[in-house]
Amino acid sequence: MFEKRSIVRSVALALACSPALFHPAHAVTDEDLRELREQVKQLKQNYESRIEALEKRLQQAEQSTGKAEAAAGKAETAAAKAESFSAKAEGLSTKAESVVQNAAAQAGSRPAGESAMNPGVSLIMNGTYGNLTRPASTYRINGFAPTGGEVAPIGRGLSLGESELVFSANIDPRFRGTVIAALGADDRIGVEEAFIQTLDLDGGLTAKAGRFLAGVGYLNEIHPHAWDFADAPLASKVFLGNQLGEDGVQVKWVAPSNIYFDLGAEFGRGRKFPAGPDNGRDKNGFGSGNFFTHLGGDIGASTAWQVGASYLMTQPQGRTWQDTDAAGTNVTDSFSGKSRLLALSGVLKWAPNGNSTVNNFKLQGEYFRRRENGALTYDTAAASLGTQTGDYRSAQSGWYTQGVYQFARQWRAGYRYDRLSPGTTSIGLVNSGALTAANFPILASYKPTRDTVMLDWSGSEFSRVRVQLARDRSRAGLPADNQMVLQYIMSLGAHGAHKF
Amino acid sequence: MSLKNNIFLAFMGLLAALPAQAALNVFACEPEWAALAQELGGDRVSVYAATTALQDAHHIEARPSLIARMRSADLVVCSGSDLEAGWLPLLLTQSGNSKVKAGGDGYFEASQFVARLEIPAVIDRAQGDVHPGGNPHVHTDARNITRIAEALAARLAKVDAGNAPAYAARSRDFLERWRSAIGRWEQQAQPLKGARVVVYHKEYSYLNSWLGLVEKGTLEPKPGLPPTPGHLSELVGLMQKEPARWIVYSPYNDPRAASFLSERSKVPAVMLPFTVGGSDRAKDLFGLFDDTIARLLAAGK
Repeated sequence: MFEKRSIVRSVALALACSPALFHPAHAVTDEDLRELREQVKQLKQNYESRIEALEKRLQQAEQSTGKAEAAAGKAETAAAKAESFSAKAEGLSTKAESVVQNAAAQAGSRPAGESAMNPGVSLIMNGTYGNLTRPASTYRINGFAPTGGEVAPIGRGLSLGESELVFSANIDPRFRGTVIAALGADDRIGVEEAFIQTLDLDGGLTAKAGRFLAGVGYLNEIHPHAWDFADAPLASKVFLGNQLGEDGVQVKWVAPSNIYFDLGAEFGRGRKFPAGPDNGRDKNGFGSGNFFTHLGGDIGASTAWQVGASYLMTQPQGRTWQDTDAAGTNVTDSFSGKSRLLALSGVLKWAPNGNSTVNNFKLQGEYFRRRENGALTYDTAAASLGTQTGDYRSAQSGWYTQGVYQFARQWRAGYRYDRLSPGTTSIGLVNSGALTAANFPILASYKPTRDTVMLDWSGSEFSRVRVQLARDRSRAGLPADNQMVLQYIMSLGAHGAHKF
Repeated sequence: MSLKNNIFLAFMGLLAALPAQAALNVFACEPEWAALAQELGGDRVSVYAATTALQDAHHIEARPSLIARMRSADLVVCSGSDLEAGWLPLLLTQSGNSKVKAGGDGYFEASQFVARLEIPAVIDRAQGDVHPGGNPHVHTDARNITRIAEALAARLAKVDAGNAPAYAARSRDFLERWRSAIGRWEQQAQPLKGARVVVYHKEYSYLNSWLGLVEKGTLEPKPGLPPTPGHLSELVGLMQKEPARWIVYSPYNDPRAASFLSERSKVPAVMLPFTVGGSDRAKDLFGLFDDTIARLLAAGK
């Protein structure tokens, strides 16, 4: 490596030290100029032959055709440059310098040995400050069975959010691997995603296996750092436990049409809500199945759209939650049966002429409808009135819609509206008179809503600072919880591509 | 109507939307490569340009329509050098099209075939959105187009061997016209040599190096970061000491920073087409350079 660089350096020195070239261009006569051209021509030939030698060595040393091509191109450009130098002698020394820098960089930019095969690494950092009317620890969303997920709002005071550590690389010509570890502020490490995906199945097919964000609705597949608000919609919280990552396999097919159309299926372990118990059942086969489809396209040059539908089927067994019964005792209840979740989503993005750098607008909405039927068991630990089981049926829904407008370069403002409908819930133990409805206060009919506004500033595409205000009416019988959140989200390392 | 009928109709609709299979489908990330593929492929290729001259190829959404086009592509032609890092990898992995996977014959990165400028010695985002592989805007030097055309013609012949003679003939014809045009442009641009220029982004480094223009500053304080008042006032100071002949920007740049500096420094702001479609005259690659040089000559008097 040193030897190659020194050759280039000596060429540059030869160029720079040639005294004729330091005469200002306007002072030379035609005769001088001819002489100068001749000299530069010789230099050029000299340079070319040396670069050629460099190219050969590069080829031998690194067996890389791409590099050889670059070096050959380099030689030609350097020659062409040398020619143009004669007309503008004053710029010569700096140009020669940059040629040297470039040649050196081109020869040595790629790391050698083991580190050359290191996967792409990126790190997402985020931190928050919360100011809430009520403590996040008492948060509940009335009318819906608790999910056991991280549904509470961002807590009071200063907190470190989850840091995401992302590794990804092609494994071989057939597979690509991605691991996303979540480093929690509580010093725990979680595996958010860890999946392999195929690279060379043909016919529009791709397959994934491992842990990945389930293709349910739209936002679920997007990492929280790329969300437009600091927290998830209420509907995601009650129907997906904030965000559903499943252990399983996914197969997706993209149609060979000019309009985007895909069909996909996922089969999973059922490791999280709406399946249950947590970490899945001890059984062969699958614990969850999900089918999805998307349709998308452009309207002119300025607008792009996508709509999607998905249907998630799980069979929770002993999916538990905490409630406070009529006696004021904290009890554990559970559900076993079938859970079916339909999700419809739509996204529309607008930017003048498709150039989103200064102004752009994004409109997004999702609708969820869940039907569950099976058996509800009251007080599984027999802590209060004793364990009893009856049938249970519910049909519940919820939706949100949000718009985010980038009104100036780096500045965006957004509004989101959340609404949940408790629909109909039928509890056999209450219908039969075995227990009163007051023993299931969390399931009592209630319509949570929330209004959220946010403003964010992006220093670059790698840094963002956000302020968000929300009026959250998720708790029955209490006035709205006013939540203010300040947040920073920064990413460092490899340049990740974001989904539409 | 039954559900079955509905599904059947939906599929028929999709079939009707299928792209024509006769020609080789070329997916070009930028308009300049779409134009080049069209020159070299003629009616043997069906070219789709993923972006327009009004869009910044650094910042493109991986839209569903782009994934759909990628799905049917036989050859992808892009600048490379990380220019499309924010969207192209996603199109490649989402489309399930093994013909165009990175590193294969169906994947052509133009910048790999020329010597790149401004390869950073230190790779640090404190320097802005740097491209470790060097400046990706290689097409602004017409001589680079020559090399890339040769490589692309060879690649077309490899991917679509049946039409190899046609590609060879078309590329001979194109290169002949192109080389004589380069001679003409270099002749026309003689008076521009040594002239100082302020650019918006470092998108004209290859043009400057080719025509001998001297870049005296960029409106962006660092690559990829928007102009700031502080940086612009520094440039105003610089223009008082060493006035540039032009402030150059592209159709996809916000023109306000250029006109701000122009007003204060009395240096004319010139919009160059940057790529095919960037101006009325830049209908093809020849028009692109004709117009670029004409605009520089007109404003630089």
